[in-house]
Amino acid sequence: MELFVFICATAMVLVGAMGVITRTHPVHAALSLILTLFGVAVHFVALAADFLAAVQVIVYAGAIVVLFLFVIMLLGVDKAEDLRIEPFKVQRPVAAVVGVAIISLLGMAILAVRDVPAPASHNNESVQAAVDAGGHDGNIRALARDLFSDHVLAFELTSVLLVIAVVGTVILARKPRKGELA
Amino acid sequence: MIASLPQVTTTYYLLLAAVLFAVGVFGVMVRRNPLVLFMCIELMLNAVNLTFVAFAKRAGDVGGETTVFFVMVVAAAEVVAGLGIIVAILRRRPNATTDDLAELKG
Repeated sequence: MELFVFICATAMVLVGAMGVITRTHPVHAALSLILTLFGVAVHFVALAADFLAAVQVIVYAGAIVVLFLFVIMLLGVDKAEDLRIEPFKVQRPVAAVVGVAIISLLGMAILAVRDVPAPASHNNESVQAAVDAGGHDGNIRALARDLFSDHVLAFELTSVLLVIAVVGTVILARKPRKGELA
Repeated sequence: MIASLPQVTTTYYLLLAAVLFAVGVFGVMVRRNPLVLFMCIELMLNAVNLTFVAFAKRAGDVGGETTVFFVMVVAAAEVVAGLGIIVAILRRRPNATTDDLAELKG
């Protein structure tokens, strides 16, 4: 069963990823991206990260991809890109070599250490223990306790980051007034 | 038959994340539409998130999931700022591709 879920979600992830890099139309690429993000969310559920799976669907598929689609449609850049244009002669082969090199390097490293036993957890709030203790919302409890105790400063700083991002984007994207330098 | 099925281990997830990351890198190097470039960057971020969650499960430590939470927040901020820049560029030069954005070259 576990393997079946893994294979299905992996197929979603990889088909979506290939769609993102091969579809000429930006809207199709964005929809393929949604497929990939859903596949990753399924993997999160399989890895007992329920809250992150929900956040993945809400924030990524719900907010970020919708933002992409808004920009594509509002700006009218939904023109198919000609994939035959290759700005540099060797670009595609070099990119393919780099991609294969990344897969093989990471793959060799991963396969080399696959028999190393998992480290003993020095954290009392282990994922599985929290799930066992807290029932259906154990993962959220464990995550919240970690977030609001050890990482509370970083959590506050992310709110500053979001405010800066919003203000910066409004300034970047607004139309300049008359007599103002663009 | 059922008993002979291999167990899904952390290695599987790490290999999938490696493939997903490589696909994202390939896309960033090949595609010319700035919006699609951003989508490929999202692919790479998701590959790394998957790695973090797989290791969090393996180590039994929720810290990896906290990190993914922060990565998602930063990714959202990055997309918002990046799309703002793309909107500003495309408004001045419709249908610009990444090859056209060499204005700052001295």
